[in-house]
Amino acid sequence: MTERVRVAVIGGGPAGLTAAAALAPSVAGDVLVLERETETGGIPRHSDHPGYGMRDLRRFMSGPEYARRLTRSAREAGALLETEAMVTGWAGPRTLEVTSPRGRRLVEADAVVLATGARERPRPARFIAGDRPDGVYTTGQLQNLVHLHHREVGRRAVIVGAELVSWSAVLTLHEAGCRTVLMTSEYDKPEAYTAFRVPGRLAFSVLVRARTRVVAIHGKGRVTSVDIENLDTGQRHRVPCDTVITTGDWIPDHELARSGGLDLDEGTRGPRVDTSLATSVPGVFAAGNLLHPVDTADVAALDGRHVAAAVLGHLAGEPAPGGGGVPLVAEAPLRWVAPQLVRPGGPPPSRGKLLLWSDAFRTLPRVTATQDGRVLGRTRLPWPAAPGRVFRVPFSLVAGADPAGGPVRLTLA
Amino acid sequence: MITYDVAVIGGGIVGSAIARLLGGADLSVALLEARGDVGDGTSKANTAILHTGFDAKPGTLESRLVARGYHLLGEYAAATGIPVERTGALLVAWSQEQLDALPGLRDKAARNSYTACEIVDAAEVYRRVPALGAGALGGLTVPGESVICTWTTNLALATDAVNRGVRLLRHHRVTAVHQDADVTRLTTTAGEVTARWVVNAAGLGADRLDALFGHDRFTVTPRRGELLVYDKLARPLAPCIVLPVPSSAGKGVLVSPTIYGNVMVGPTAEDLTDRTATGTSETGLAFLREKAATLMPALTKEEVTATYAGLRASIGRDDYLIDLDAGQRYLLVGGIRSTGLTAGMAIAEHVAELLGGHLDLARRAGLPAPPRMPNLGEAFTRPYQDAAAIAADPEYGRVVCFCERVTRGELRDALASPVPPADLEGLRRRTRAMNGRCQGFYCGARVREIFEGEKE
Repeated sequence: MTERVRVAVIGGGPAGLTAAAALAPSVAGDVLVLERETETGGIPRHSDHPGYGMRDLRRFMSGPEYARRLTRSAREAGALLETEAMVTGWAGPRTLEVTSPRGRRLVEADAVVLATGARERPRPARFIAGDRPDGVYTTGQLQNLVHLHHREVGRRAVIVGAELVSWSAVLTLHEAGCRTVLMTSEYDKPEAYTAFRVPGRLAFSVLVRARTRVVAIHGKGRVTSVDIENLDTGQRHRVPCDTVITTGDWIPDHELARSGGLDLDEGTRGPRVDTSLATSVPGVFAAGNLLHPVDTADVAALDGRHVAAAVLGHLAGEPAPGGGGVPLVAEAPLRWVAPQLVRPGGPPPSRGKLLLWSDAFRTLPRVTATQDGRVLGRTRLPWPAAPGRVFRVPFSLVAGADPAGGPVRLTLA
Repeated sequence: MITYDVAVIGGGIVGSAIARLLGGADLSVALLEARGDVGDGTSKANTAILHTGFDAKPGTLESRLVARGYHLLGEYAAATGIPVERTGALLVAWSQEQLDALPGLRDKAARNSYTACEIVDAAEVYRRVPALGAGALGGLTVPGESVICTWTTNLALATDAVNRGVRLLRHHRVTAVHQDADVTRLTTTAGEVTARWVVNAAGLGADRLDALFGHDRFTVTPRRGELLVYDKLARPLAPCIVLPVPSSAGKGVLVSPTIYGNVMVGPTAEDLTDRTATGTSETGLAFLREKAATLMPALTKEEVTATYAGLRASIGRDDYLIDLDAGQRYLLVGGIRSTGLTAGMAIAEHVAELLGGHLDLARRAGLPAPPRMPNLGEAFTRPYQDAAAIAADPEYGRVVCFCERVTRGELRDALASPVPPADLEGLRRRTRAMNGRCQGFYCGARVREIFEGEKE
């Protein structure tokens, strides 16, 4: 059975819902959002603390509230939201294999928007040795357990990572009656915003150890302790705990992007996109944290708004961008840049910003763009660049690139 | 209290196969398992290869039983739906010493009655496995080697045994043995079990149980083997099993596709003293990552989905130790290493031959058909892909575990099966739920809820 729709959006999180809400009023035909969870809204559904909706809705609200609001907007705009519908593969360039309790079917779309998001690397992917006891979770699983399923966790937690999301885990643990006794970070400085860190440390008296990694987990049925190592001295000691949360270390959910044959970026590991968010496959677009693992939910949502223009252009029969364009290349310690391609005549990126990820801490970062040895632009930011969170620079930095020139290299000093 | 005709101790593949076979006769049989689930010891963490027996030591019992078991299990798998992928294997020589060893290995295979091996040159090696690292000098093909689901194998045999009337007693760890004139009383952690005959298939614990019967003939050394499992997106890199050539440098590690559609690298081999040390080690994981980078460099760009450690029961000799003491009405099945997955059903046959002079093992009429097991194999149709199954029962369209595409219907079926899981780990082995790349990020909480909900 093949169903035909005008636009299929894969993933009903902030990016997918916002894209659908932006597209539905302007598209003649169906805009179908396929969400594999039982509810739309994505990760914010189980992040039950404030901090959502600032950039896109100009409001300050909790994750679940934000998820409900985006769902309502998409539905009111006329998008079809289908939950428990999982896209498992491709049957053609824009034809999707879909499994749901309503059946197994094909959905053929004129345009596809991938908005599948990102997940945290779990413990095995981080090569933490030792036993496999109960009580080791990612933040996502922890928040799912506590907020959606109202489960007990332990009493003493060690958190691997000190990113923004790690503090979200502290809040969730606190709410579940579990004390965070230690956070470890392999970097010189903890990654999260200072503004969050200081009150966070005071409020929850969390000890944050920089240049430290968890090397082993112990416990048969349940976690009993972890071994931590000081990266500079090699000294180790054992920390008793019953819960371990591995946080951050994001990887995009890129399975469909890979199986669909899209060009992927080695840095983000998501699809390579131009500033309009078109991928290498005509008629297939991408938005949200699949492209930049991870920025905040509101930035992901604004990608959804941004991608609508290119999708509408494609539906109106505008020719696919084809080859060409100037690639953007992030030089170490920058890990990645998104988007990765500037095409002649293309729009500026979402919010007029390039997103960057740094593996090193810089108090007053200076970013330089060069093309074929020529400096295109330079910018100094008033806030630090830190591992574990995205930082953004104006697109104007690279706007003067020669369309016929070589790659534009971005460096951090 | 019932006195069983036979008590089989150990619910691994070997014990389950024996219990199943004895359960086909007109006998009362108990299958005792120390842990909460069948197949929760050495059987759950082997390399999951259906072996032809090409590299066994010729003339040994192991050689004979592996060759026989290969066919028995192959047929049984087809009848029950245990997934098997006939990928074939390729031994790759990386040094002149290894290259020189290939003809000898081919001849040894022939002495094990396996004649399909062929020596191939380096170009053919790379044609078969293009992603192989540089430096391969040649290889030996073993077309019959296959990958199989070890979890489903154990479960099918145990389920079949239960369907045939075998009493499965979990959480029954034997702590003492009292032998009377014609019965043996087994003291266990869950009460006493009495049987006329006892079969010791206790795997890692077989030597200690043997000692309770007054013997002192072997020691089990737990040999830890660690494995790395790479993401399914890496599967095209490993079209067949890539085996090392045994050499002076040791047995080496293999790269193998898994029946679940992943790529596995391992195992390490490390003799330990602790029989519960199933944790991974830093050195083991580092060693395997290094090995993977050499054997198949493209793997370094792929994600690791899981790391495992399992213990093999090594007894320091080159053969199985299967011995009947008719006076004690006691039979030892010891030293069954990783080949026991393949040989299990043939070991059961051999055990039946030994017991045949003492017990009436004639097959009774009206045996139930072998169970039809849920398919966990990635190469075969799974419920989420099956339009007819979903139309008949929408629960097969309700995907709960996204990474492994496990549906609510499959979780329900596993929980309602004749040998239901005792915990989440058991549910993983029956369905693959939470075994995927996110390791429970998305579905962990829901799977737990379903598990506890259905249990109530």
